[in-house]
Amino acid sequence: MSSGHMDRRDVARKLLAARGDALVVTGLGSTCYDAGAVADHPLTFYFWGGMGAAAMAGLGLALAQKKRPVLVLTGDGEMLMGLGALATLGTQGPPNLSIVVIDNELYSETGMQKTHTARGLDMAGMAKAAGFKRTATIRNEAELDDWVPRLYQPEGAAFVAIKVNDARYPLTSKVRDGSLIKNRFREALLGPAALE
Amino acid sequence: MATATKPATWPDEIYDAFRRLDIRQVAYVPDAGHTRLINACEADRDMQVISCTTEEEGVAMLSGTWLGGERGALLMQSSGVGNTINLLSISLECRMPLVMVVTMRGEWGEFNPWQLPMGQKAGAVFEEMGVIVYRVEKAEEIGPTTYAAALMAFNTGRPVAILIAQCVIGFKDWSK
Repeated sequence: MSSGHMDRRDVARKLLAARGDALVVTGLGSTCYDAGAVADHPLTFYFWGGMGAAAMAGLGLALAQKKRPVLVLTGDGEMLMGLGALATLGTQGPPNLSIVVIDNELYSETGMQKTHTARGLDMAGMAKAAGFKRTATIRNEAELDDWVPRLYQPEGAAFVAIKVNDARYPLTSKVRDGSLIKNRFREALLGPAALE
Repeated sequence: MATATKPATWPDEIYDAFRRLDIRQVAYVPDAGHTRLINACEADRDMQVISCTTEEEGVAMLSGTWLGGERGALLMQSSGVGNTINLLSISLECRMPLVMVVTMRGEWGEFNPWQLPMGQKAGAVFEEMGVIVYRVEKAEEIGPTTYAAALMAFNTGRPVAILIAQCVIGFKDWSK
């Protein structure tokens, strides 16, 4: 059981509907599938592997594209595998980077084992201690509605954990080829010359 | 240091190669052998230099660098090679360039036995994963090798590692 009651797909829909010209990076697993299912976009880079990499990929992207908001959409398990990155990200604090952890407190791809957030770990608290300017744990729709537009404002590195329920969805997102996902992203961002 | 007393200039040649390659993001895990290069990069206003807590972070970061249209490189020592392994899948699967400049330990006058397991196998482990490895044992070859290896990585979307042999870097002689 998760402590959250919001539905992950509703959350993803709301987040991605507001993306504007933002660049999005998903972590592997459910957040990758969510983003592909509810609002596929060429400027979403989907990790299907490389667990723990999403947040730091967001940093490299945010440093390269300072005028664009960068949103990392990942899960609690994925973030936990690269947790040391909070130290690097918090101290770097790129203003255009927001890390969003869809936190169901479970490893839903591997048999629904509990993650440490189910045992009381406060990831947003860790992010705050690491130096993130804006942090929150979001538990209801009103808080989510308040935060969604702010995640795309370059007002200091943000880290939010959004508590969701334990719902799982059938895998409908099919494009897995990393080279294709990369080329699609770079062409949309940089133009056809990026493929030369 | 048991070798030369005047400071080695090969780090300056790597820095020059980085400039010519238009490298804008440098991730590093702190390492004595890279001190001079890290300082040079940090003094360069066109480079964003990021200290990472582990090599994995650097590999992940550089995937975002490339997605965003910039070029980057990762500086590390041989003991960190093992930390990169699973995340090499990003470069390998996505055909993204990855440039790693590795200072070697555990192979030449090493005093610390804990450096040997990774130092002795760093090149083999990288090659087993599909990283293209350039091992350099002469100071004058480091700059040109870094340039050529990185250029190939950026033009062909491959992971490359330049291993700088410990005999070039020098070692602590604890018998004195």
